[in-house]
Amino acid sequence: MLDQAPAPDDIRDLVTPLVGLEGPLLPMLHAIQAEWGHVPQAAVPVLADLLNLGVAEVHGVVSFYHDFRKEPAGRHMLKICRAEACQSVGGNAMAQRMLDRLGVDWHGTTRDGAVTVEPVYCLGMCACGPAVMLDDRVIGRVDEARMERLMTQVGA
Amino acid sequence: MKIWVPMDSAAKALGADEVADAIAAQVGPDVRIIRNGSRGMVWLEPLVEIDRGDGRVAYGPVTPDDVAALLDGTLESLGRVEDIPFFARQTRLTFARCGVIDPLDLDDYAAHGGLVGLRRAIGMTGADIVQEVTDSGLRGRGGAGFPTGIKWKTVHDAPADQKYIVCNADEGDSGTFADRMIMEGDPFTLIEGMAIAGLAVGATRGYVYLRSEYPDAIAVMNAAVRIARQRGVLGADVLGSGRAFDMEIRVGAGAYVCGEETSLLNSLEGKRGVVRAKPPLPALEGFFGKPTVVNNVISLATVPVILEKGAQHYADFGLGRSRGTVTLQIAGNVRRGGLFETAFGVSLGEVVNDIGGGTLSGRPVKAVQVGGPLGAYMPVSKFDTPMGYEEFDKNGGLIGHAGLVVFDDTADMLQMARFAMEFCAVESCGKCTPCRIGAVRGVETIDRIAAGDAAAADLLTDLCEVMKDGSLCALGGFTPFPVMSALTQFPDDFATAKEAAE
Ligand SMILES: Cc1cc2nc3c(=O)[nH]c(=O)nc-3n(C[C@H](O)[C@H](O)[C@H](O)COP(=O)(O)O)c2cc1C
Ligand code: SF4
Ligand code: FES
Ligand code: FES
Repeated sequence: MLDQAPAPDDIRDLVTPLVGLEGPLLPMLHAIQAEWGHVPQAAVPVLADLLNLGVAEVHGVVSFYHDFRKEPAGRHMLKICRAEACQSVGGNAMAQRMLDRLGVDWHGTTRDGAVTVEPVYCLGMCACGPAVMLDDRVIGRVDEARMERLMTQVGA
Repeated sequence: MKIWVPMDSAAKALGADEVADAIAAQVGPDVRIIRNGSRGMVWLEPLVEIDRGDGRVAYGPVTPDDVAALLDGTLESLGRVEDIPFFARQTRLTFARCGVIDPLDLDDYAAHGGLVGLRRAIGMTGADIVQEVTDSGLRGRGGAGFPTGIKWKTVHDAPADQKYIVCNADEGDSGTFADRMIMEGDPFTLIEGMAIAGLAVGATRGYVYLRSEYPDAIAVMNAAVRIARQRGVLGADVLGSGRAFDMEIRVGAGAYVCGEETSLLNSLEGKRGVVRAKPPLPALEGFFGKPTVVNNVISLATVPVILEKGAQHYADFGLGRSRGTVTLQIAGNVRRGGLFETAFGVSLGEVVNDIGGGTLSGRPVKAVQVGGPLGAYMPVSKFDTPMGYEEFDKNGGLIGHAGLVVFDDTADMLQMARFAMEFCAVESCGKCTPCRIGAVRGVETIDRIAAGDAAAADLLTDLCEVMKDGSLCALGGFTPFPVMSALTQFPDDFATAKEAAE
């Protein structure tokens, strides 16, 4: 994952193959974020031009969805489930312990840039919570031991 | 010898990959390791099955350290999977193959009844397929319980050059995972269901709108679509019928409201996921204005078994106007959590206490939230409510996507009500004031109750009335369900702070 702001031509090259899809904007935004870790400002005019949309319209779409980031995240993304089923098995306290350990609040990135923490509302692990997702891997029944292992993995 | 280790993401979240690696490192080439879906007994995951010639014997939860004992036969088993009471008590129609087969082996799928329904549908007229689904009594499993056959008939009867089948796989409700489980464990069932829907209504294209929080399901579904295309289940000539149907997997972007069908369609079109006013119905003007079937994963994944076994077979199960099976997801603070498919009619108390075994903590049950974040908190005094759409409605609740989240007596219902309002505020699409502003006011009002302001409870009640009446969709309109059920069924949690302050 490259975090530097890409050149408009690179963005155009990446998303042009998707132009033929019905409703290509979300797949394009996902492709951009997968490549650069965020949706850079420079992508908005490129997409507007390619799809014949207004810049404000594209911007409106990017800002609507929780997934799309305007700035690069830390090297790891830790999503902690805040929803009801995880709460019922102590999810709130576990989440607070992880935030404290990392010294960040929700949406924050640790000072060394190792990890960004985002809230998530359900990971489909509701029979084995509390649950978190580290990058693309889900971890269930997070207890002290699993939390420690997680913290080691993100270098905290 | 054959060994099954689930690749379901809940099993993986509890260490199934590490167990599979340990097994692979310790067995010879004569042993076949199959990565199956989950049997749905999440408290036993990773649940490993071994067939030594006398059926599939279960072990679980298995850790990598258990593997040596597992392989030399000294690890204590749970007996044959089919004999485990939680499994034996179920009626598995939709989930018949889930956990049984290799999810991406189309031949295994066909050997277990797969494609029989689609082949039968190919020999029928669209109208006859629609009639069959109507006769089965199948109602939408995404939340609203609208009869699937009637929705299909509207799309069937609408003349258009292009129609679409859109599968709602946004599964945002806390306490639900049935969509995820079937997509990871038996993806061809959903593909087959969508193809049958396409034949029924005359749609040649389909989309699955799958939430981004499910990377494993996305990977499995994409792989299954590729295989189905290679093998002629999808494409220009579905199973040699001369009829076309193809589909794509699209990934959501972390907005709960995009599970609402019109918001979903906007999102699929590449717009902000705001809710559209109805009418027009998506069935008439849906994806890019074309007639569109929007159905939940479980609704569509149930269609193959209806076509395979016949409408009557399905309709013979159930209670009142709730026909067939309900795919219960037992979650939260519960001893035996997982997926339990059974005929409608079982009581809430039976599910929580007998099947689920009560709380995980061992403390008394306080409340069960049924139907996701927009569903009511049911107190123990309502445990005799049977699982049925009308029956739940009569008791002030809703079944929704059939997720049940169990809470023990340490739960603070005022905090749960506050969370419901906060969630609505975070996820509101912003179109209506009662939802966008009301939810923020709701959080403040509950904080005032917590601080001892006696008048705030009436204010909260009024606010909920306004949200109920003035919201365009069920996010704003149903958030009052958890809030008001908490307030009215658990007044002590709202009163203690007040009295303390007085
Ligand atoms: C805020 C909101 C969220 C919803 N989320 C989902 C969802 O995640 N999955 C789903 O199938 N239906 C969801 N629905 C219901 C859909 O609008 C729609 O009723 C359903 O997809 C129709 O399919 P069905 O008839 O097969 O249930 C949601 C509705 C609302 C108001
Ligand atoms: S109720 Fe809320 S989510 Fe639904 S349309 Fe209105 S603002 Fe949007
Ligand atoms: S509520 Fe946390 S995974 Fe579902
Ligand atoms: S603003 Fe919430 S429902 Fe309309």
